[in-house]
Amino acid sequence: MTGDLGTALTSGAYITASITKRLSNTLFLAVWAAIIAVPLAIFLGLLAVRFKDRWPDKLISAVTLASISIPEFLIGYVLMYLIAVKLRWFPSVAMINDGMSLGEKLSAIALPVTVLTLVVLAHMMRMTRAAILNVMQSAYIETAELKGLNGFQVIFRHAFPNAIAPIVNVVMLNLAYLVVGVVVIEVVFVYPGMGQYLVDHVSKRDVPVVQACGLIFAAVYIGLNMIADIVAILSNPRLRHPK
Amino acid sequence: MKNIPISALIGLFFTALYFLAAIFAPLISPYGMAEIVGDVWEPASAQFLLGTDNIGRDLLSRMIYGGRTTIFIATAATIISFTLGSVLGFFAAVAGGWVDQVLSRFVDLVMSIPTLIFALVVLSVMPVTVPVLIFVMGLLDSTRVYRLARAVAVDIEVMDYVEAARLRGEKTAWIIFREILPNALSPLVAEMGLRFIFMVLFVSTLSFLGLGIQPPEADWGGIVKENKDGIVYGIPAALAPAFAIATLAISVNLVADWVLNRTTSLKGGRG
Amino acid sequence: MSDLQLQVRDLKIGATVYPPGEKTHDIEIVHGVSFDLEKGKVLGLIGESGAGKSTIGFAAMSYGRGGVKITGGEVWINGRDVLKSDTGDIRKLRGGEVTYVSQSAAGSFNPAKKILDQVVEAAVEQNKFSRKDAEARARDLFEKLGLPDPENIGDRYPHQVSGGQLQRCMTALALCPEPDLVVFDEPTTALDVTTQIDVLMAIKAAIRETGVAALYITHDLAVVAQVSDDIMVLRHGDMVEYGPVDQIINHPQEEYTQALVSVRSINHEEKEPNGEPVLCVRNITARYKGTQFDVLHNVNVELYPGQTLAVVGESGSGKSTLARVITGLLPPREGEIEFAGRNLSADLAGRSQEDLRELQMIYHVADVAMYPRQTVGTIIGRPLEFYFEMKGDEKRKRIIALLDEIELGEEFIDRYPAELSGGQKQRVCIARALAAKPKMIICDEVTSALDPLVADGILKLLLNLQKIEDVAFLFITHDLATVRAISDTIAVMYQGKVQRYGGKTKVLSPPFDDYTDTFCSARSPRCVWAGWKR
Repeated sequence: MTGDLGTALTSGAYITASITKRLSNTLFLAVWAAIIAVPLAIFLGLLAVRFKDRWPDKLISAVTLASISIPEFLIGYVLMYLIAVKLRWFPSVAMINDGMSLGEKLSAIALPVTVLTLVVLAHMMRMTRAAILNVMQSAYIETAELKGLNGFQVIFRHAFPNAIAPIVNVVMLNLAYLVVGVVVIEVVFVYPGMGQYLVDHVSKRDVPVVQACGLIFAAVYIGLNMIADIVAILSNPRLRHPK
Repeated sequence: MKNIPISALIGLFFTALYFLAAIFAPLISPYGMAEIVGDVWEPASAQFLLGTDNIGRDLLSRMIYGGRTTIFIATAATIISFTLGSVLGFFAAVAGGWVDQVLSRFVDLVMSIPTLIFALVVLSVMPVTVPVLIFVMGLLDSTRVYRLARAVAVDIEVMDYVEAARLRGEKTAWIIFREILPNALSPLVAEMGLRFIFMVLFVSTLSFLGLGIQPPEADWGGIVKENKDGIVYGIPAALAPAFAIATLAISVNLVADWVLNRTTSLKGGRG
Repeated sequence: MSDLQLQVRDLKIGATVYPPGEKTHDIEIVHGVSFDLEKGKVLGLIGESGAGKSTIGFAAMSYGRGGVKITGGEVWINGRDVLKSDTGDIRKLRGGEVTYVSQSAAGSFNPAKKILDQVVEAAVEQNKFSRKDAEARARDLFEKLGLPDPENIGDRYPHQVSGGQLQRCMTALALCPEPDLVVFDEPTTALDVTTQIDVLMAIKAAIRETGVAALYITHDLAVVAQVSDDIMVLRHGDMVEYGPVDQIINHPQEEYTQALVSVRSINHEEKEPNGEPVLCVRNITARYKGTQFDVLHNVNVELYPGQTLAVVGESGSGKSTLARVITGLLPPREGEIEFAGRNLSADLAGRSQEDLRELQMIYHVADVAMYPRQTVGTIIGRPLEFYFEMKGDEKRKRIIALLDEIELGEEFIDRYPAELSGGQKQRVCIARALAAKPKMIICDEVTSALDPLVADGILKLLLNLQKIEDVAFLFITHDLATVRAISDTIAVMYQGKVQRYGGKTKVLSPPFDDYTDTFCSARSPRCVWAGWKR
C-alpha cells in the first residue's frame, strides 16, 4: 500500500494528486451537511415520538414519504430554481477555491448542503423515531413509570441509555448514505469534488480514475457501516458485562 | 372493491394513468419525440402545453415519450430483480446449509458497496445500451429482494404448519408454492412497488449523469439534463420531470402501503 | 377502618380496540368489581386470560396499559380515592405506596443498569429512604428472598442472573420502598417448573414477614391457594365468586368455580402394557447440528398400542428433542427407533408414506400449526387427499365425521383458524392428526397454552378418542397434573437422560430419586391428589 493510484488515461495526471484536493472539498460539503442534519434529525425524531399519531408526527411522515419519492438531483434543481434564481439568496453554482474565506465558502455551499440535509434528514428522522419508539415500548419503561418517576426521569434515566446505540447506528448508516448522495449533488451544483470527478471520468471511460474513486467511496461507505455495527455491539450490555 | 381506502384509490388512478400514457405514447403525444417544432425554450402556450425544450422540441411530447422509456426500463429491471432475487432467496431459505451460506455471503459483499457507485464503475467498462442498463440495474437490485425473500421464507419455514406439511411427506415444491409463497406474497408485492420506485429514481439519476439513456432518446432524467441550463435563466422546463417522478413514486408508494396493510388484516391473515 | 389498605368500589374499566378492517371502538372489559383488602392480607385474583385480572391490578396504581381507561368506580388507598388524585399524587402513590411485580422480570429490568440501582430507585426517589439505607434494605431483602451472595448480587446486570433470581430481585424491587400494597401479576408463570415453587415460597415468606398487603394475580388456582387469604374468581370482567380460600376451594358455590376447582380431576386408570409395543426407542443419543454436546443421552422408552406414554421434565430436559428424533426431523447420532414392528429410517426423507401416516403430531401452539389462509375443511381434508386420495363428497363426509369426533359442528368446515378460539383450534389440529388414521400421535405440550378449563376439555377429548380409535399417545408435558390425568407409562427426563421410567403408579410413588422428588414436590401444590388445602 503506497497510496499511489496511478495516472489518469485521459490527462496523464497523477490520480492521487487530483483526488486529494477534491476529496477535501467533498468532505467539507459532507461534514457541513452532517453537522446540520444529525442534530436536526434527532430532534425531529424525538418530536415525532413525543407527538406520536398527532399532527407533527403525521406531517413528518408525509414529508418523509415525499422526499424519498424524489431523486436528489431534482430536489437540487427545485431549490436552485426557487432560492438561487427567483429569490437570489445564494449562488446557483457552488464554485469554491482556496482564495475564499470560510464565510464565502459557506455561502457558496449553502444550497448543496441544504439539499444533502433534506436528502438524509427524512431517512434519519424515520429511523430515529422507530428506534426510540422501540425502546419506549419496552417493559422496563413501564416499570420505571410504575416507580412513580416523572416523564423526564423515565426518558433520561431509563430510555436514553438504551436508545444511544440504535441512534448512533442510525446516524452512521445515514452518513454512509450521504456519501453517495454527494456524487449527484456535486454534479448539480458543479462543485469541484470527488463525485463530479468520478462522473466525468465514467463518461470518458477513464477506468483507472473510476476505480480509484469507486474504491474511496466504497471504503468510506463500508467504514461507516462498520462503525455502526461496532457501536451496536459495544453498547450491548450483554457483551460489555459478560456472565 | 369498496374497501379500498381513498389514498390507495388515488394511488391506483395515477399509477394507471402513467402506465396508460406510457403504452399509448405515440397516440396521445401531440408531436413527435425528436421533432423540432418551435423556438428554444418557448413558454407554455395553447400550442405547446408545457412549452418547448432546449432545442425547440415540444416538452409535453418528450415527457410522454420519456415516461415511456423510464417506465419501461424500470419495469423490466424490477422484473429481473424480482424473479432472480425471490427465486434465489426462497431457494436459499429452503435449501439451507452451504447453498445458503455461499449465496448470502455473496449478496452481503455486493451490498457492502453503494449501488450507484457500483453501477458507475460497471458502466465505465460496459457499453451504455438499454439492455445493459436493465441488466445492471436488475442484478444489483436483486440483492435487496434476495434478502427480503430469504428473511420472509425463513420466518415462514420455521412455522409449525410447514413442519406439519413436511411430516406429512409433502414435496418441497408443494410446500413452497402452497404454504410459503402465498404468505410471502404480500410483503413481496409491497416491496415490488418500492423497488419499482427505486428503479425509476435510479435510471433517472443515471440518465441525468449522462450515463443512462443516450440522446436523442428521451427519458425523464435526460430531460432534466438537457434543460438544466435553463434553470439559471429562470426557465422551469427541467422541473417538469421532477413533478412526474414525484407523483408516480408517491402513487406507487400509496398502493404498496395499501397492499401491505390489506394482506395483514385479511380474514385468516397472519394476525 | 384503619386496617383497610385497599378498597375498590364498583370499578369499571374500558378499552379502545382496533379490530382490523373495522372502526375502532370502545368496549368495557371490567364491569363493576368491588373488594376490600386489609393490612397484611393477600387477595388472590384468579381467572382465565381476558378475565380482566391484570387490568384490575393496574387500576390499583391508577394506571392503564395501552388503550385501557378506568371509566368508573372508586379505588381507595390510605383514605383517598386514587382515581381522583392529581398527577403528582399518583406519582407518589406509584413506587411509594403501591408497587408492582410483573410476570416477566427479564423484560422489566433495564438491561443497561445494575440491579441494585434499579431496586433502590423508587425508595430513594420517593424519599422513603436515603440511598445508603435503601441499599442496606435491598441487601436484606435479597437475603430474605434466598438470593445467592446477597451482598454483591446487586452489582450485576440483569442478564447476569437467572430468570428465577431476577424474579426474586423484582420482588425485592417492589418491597424495597416499604409499600403498603404490592401487586403481583403472575410472578411465577414464566418460570421453569422447579424454579416456580422456590420463587413462590420466597414470595410467600417475604409477604408474611413484611406484613404488606398484596394483590396476587394468577390463572392458577393452586398457586393462589398457597399464598392468599381471600380469593376472587373473575370471568369476562365480572366477579364470579369472592370469599376466603377455604370456602372457594372446598365449598365453591358457583358452577364456574366448581369447574375450576375440579380441573384435572380426570380419573384415568393405568393400563398394563399388552401386545407388541407400537414404538420402541432404543439407546438414542442425539445432538443439534453444529453443537458440541448431546441433548439426549442413551434414551430408551416403549409405547404400547392404545396407551399413553408421558414424557415429563422442565424446559431443556430434552423432551421435545426426543419428539423431533422420533418424527425424523433430527436424525440421532446413535440408536434406533422401531415403529409398528418396522425399523424407522433415522431421516425423514427415508421414511415411507405409510410410516409418515401412522405417526402424527399435534403441536404446542395451535395458531402456528395451521396454515392461516386455509379453511378448517381444507386443513383437515389435506391428509385425506394426501394419504387416502379422497375427493368430493366422500372427503366432505369424512371431514364432517371427524369434526363430530372433536365435538365441533358441521358449520366449522368453512371457517378460518383466526375465527376459532384457542381450544377449538387445538381440536382442529387433533382432527387433522386423526384424519391420517395414525397408530400413534405425538402431543407436544398440547394443553399448556390453554386456560385450565379448556385444557381439561382437550384432555378428556383425547382420552375419549384413544378409546374409540385405539391410538397411542406420546404426551410431552411439564405439568405433573396433566401427566397424572392421562398417562399409563411415565418417563421423567432431566438433562437429556431418562431419570425415572415405568408405570404411572410406580413412578409417582416413593421412593423417589433426588430429581423426581423435587419435580413432584414442585408440582404438589397444584396436584389434585395433594388436595387444595395448605
